[in-house]
Amino acid sequence: MEPFRTLTARACPLPLANVDTDQIIPARFMKRSRAEGYGEVLMHDLRVREDGTPVADFPLNDPVRAGARVLVARRNFGGGSSRESAVYALADYGFRCVVAPSFGDIFSANCVNNGVLPARVSEADGEVLLAWLADGGQDVTVDLEACRIVAGNNAFDFAVDPVWRTKLLNGWDDIDLTLSHTDAIGAFAAADRLARPWATPRGR
Amino acid sequence: MTVADGAHTGKDGARTLFDKIWDMHAILTREDGETLLWVDRHFVHEGSHHGFGKLAARGARVARPDLTFGVADHYVPTRRAGGVADPGIRGMVEQLAANSAANGITLFGLDDPRQGIVHVVGPEQGLTLPGLLIVCGDSHTSTHGAFGAFAFGIGASEVSHVLMTQTLWQRRPKRMRIVVEGDTGPWVGAKDIALSIIARIGADGAQGHAIEYAGPAIRALSMEARLTLCNLSIEAGGRCGMIAPDETTFAYLRGRPFAPQGRAFDEAVSAWRGLATDPDASFDREIAIDAAAIAPVVTWGTSPEDALPVTAAVPDPGSARDAAKAAQMRDAIAYMGLTPGQPLTDIRVDRVFIGSCTNSRIEDLRSAASVLRGRRAAVPGLVSPGSSLVKRQAEAEGLDRVFREAGLEWVESGCSMCVGMNGDIVPAGERCASTTNRNFKGRQGPGARTHIMSPAMVAAAAVAGRLTDVRDIVGEAR
Ligand code: SF4
Repeated sequence: MEPFRTLTARACPLPLANVDTDQIIPARFMKRSRAEGYGEVLMHDLRVREDGTPVADFPLNDPVRAGARVLVARRNFGGGSSRESAVYALADYGFRCVVAPSFGDIFSANCVNNGVLPARVSEADGEVLLAWLADGGQDVTVDLEACRIVAGNNAFDFAVDPVWRTKLLNGWDDIDLTLSHTDAIGAFAAADRLARPWATPRGR
Repeated sequence: MTVADGAHTGKDGARTLFDKIWDMHAILTREDGETLLWVDRHFVHEGSHHGFGKLAARGARVARPDLTFGVADHYVPTRRAGGVADPGIRGMVEQLAANSAANGITLFGLDDPRQGIVHVVGPEQGLTLPGLLIVCGDSHTSTHGAFGAFAFGIGASEVSHVLMTQTLWQRRPKRMRIVVEGDTGPWVGAKDIALSIIARIGADGAQGHAIEYAGPAIRALSMEARLTLCNLSIEAGGRCGMIAPDETTFAYLRGRPFAPQGRAFDEAVSAWRGLATDPDASFDREIAIDAAAIAPVVTWGTSPEDALPVTAAVPDPGSARDAAKAAQMRDAIAYMGLTPGQPLTDIRVDRVFIGSCTNSRIEDLRSAASVLRGRRAAVPGLVSPGSSLVKRQAEAEGLDRVFREAGLEWVESGCSMCVGMNGDIVPAGERCASTTNRNFKGRQGPGARTHIMSPAMVAAAAVAGRLTDVRDIVGEAR
């Protein structure tokens, strides 16, 4: 995975709360394989009308926000379904960072596993950032080493789980680390089988 | 490597139920506080194809097929006599079968008499047991916590990690206890309790927390009702929800196919009796709810936190605590086609749905049928039992006839109209009274409007053709 250190990029406001993963990627698009890409269906039903025309005032459709890599939303972004394709859609569209006051737990873990930074800010700072973008603000700098976002004359601290921060900074994947503990896992499993015989399914 | 991982024990090492189960599964804890946890059960479904894809990309195989179980539920059509017509959907079901066969995983597939929704099948088969750590690439895995298990949903990267190693890295969440005191009134059940909690703490109110439900009103719940309650933990943002096992749990599990049998079962029960929060254990957050104050609840908006007693009215965004909340309310009211101040019981519905992992077990069907018996539905609707075994049982009890005679459709088991990916959808602009768990925009189909409530309340809405208080339909005193 590509390490995330500092990102200076166009930001897109999404002044909505509770943007759940069903809205980020509607269920009917989830049959796609990863290789087919999910970017074009990101927030499909918010972005596109039933007749196929774009929703003019939806922020992602604003030409000024083309190429945005940072998304700024309100609280509880990515709640709901565990579908990792919600993160595929964001990442394939080009986003590498989502800024919001709170995130769904599973969604934020999925973000980190795809090199996308879920940056938590206070509600007040989030509102300032949204207002700055609404006023025509465009590019922001997200510094993961310092956990700081700079937007024009504003600067905010953000929070991210320290373990996730390390993972993102280094572009690490869990699996190789886990495989280095194979012996410990085997020893645990053997002891556990004796300690909790009832945990083994009886089988049919 | 016994590094502090956020564990906190109360006086004399007192621990919560959650901490006891966590500690039982901790293989090692890193310096930074992440713990490698052993996984006892891993459920996969058609949607787990990304996880299998990552496995294949590494040329790896499933590490513990004996602890991995496949269930066809999300994509299966609920009218499937003569096979699966849609090639895309058929492909998803076949892919799961192929991945299961290639890795030696037991599959409850399309034609298996035990097929059903993963969160109904696990408990029904005795695969879900107290003290287990259970994961699935589905957020409603929280359901299994009803047995005193630590069960949670994971993403595709984590699915592939579990497939490859039977383990998962996690940071110990905080603990929250929700105590429900007193008794619920007639026609008030687990769904009403859960929605009342979510309305109070918000759809993100339990983020980062493991929830334990406790108190007399919880102890009084059947296993089916406990499953409904724990299922909805994720709608409060919880990492998981759990209830300490007790006699109700043990009685449910006795004789289930995959559960221990005979002496082994008795030994298991004595181990499970230790799975309770110690009296001196402390929680990061405690919430108390009075069961007697809960009325039948419906949702009016597009988040499960938008829930109110059916006796209330659509709220006024002007009364919101801040501008952001007001904007959220206006957006939800516009999407739902409602008017502030309109009594909830004035809202007409176009159709009803009874099903999903929240409310499709035999008790749910009995409850809905008891309202519908001898009555006619004013609108069309669909009833999809949670598993093929639930379907058989309901038919043995004659419940299918009650639904059919009321004018509702009785179909096969699956996720059905909960998720809009298997052919069952609510048409755009239509309004559905639904026993599901998510009233998100477009959840039941693009442009669909969903009101979530209990099976009895959906049955009442079917009879009245609008949201209505089930107590008014059945004529029972409030
Ligand atoms: S019934 Fe709905 S919520 Fe439950 S597992 Fe299926 S899609 Fe998910």
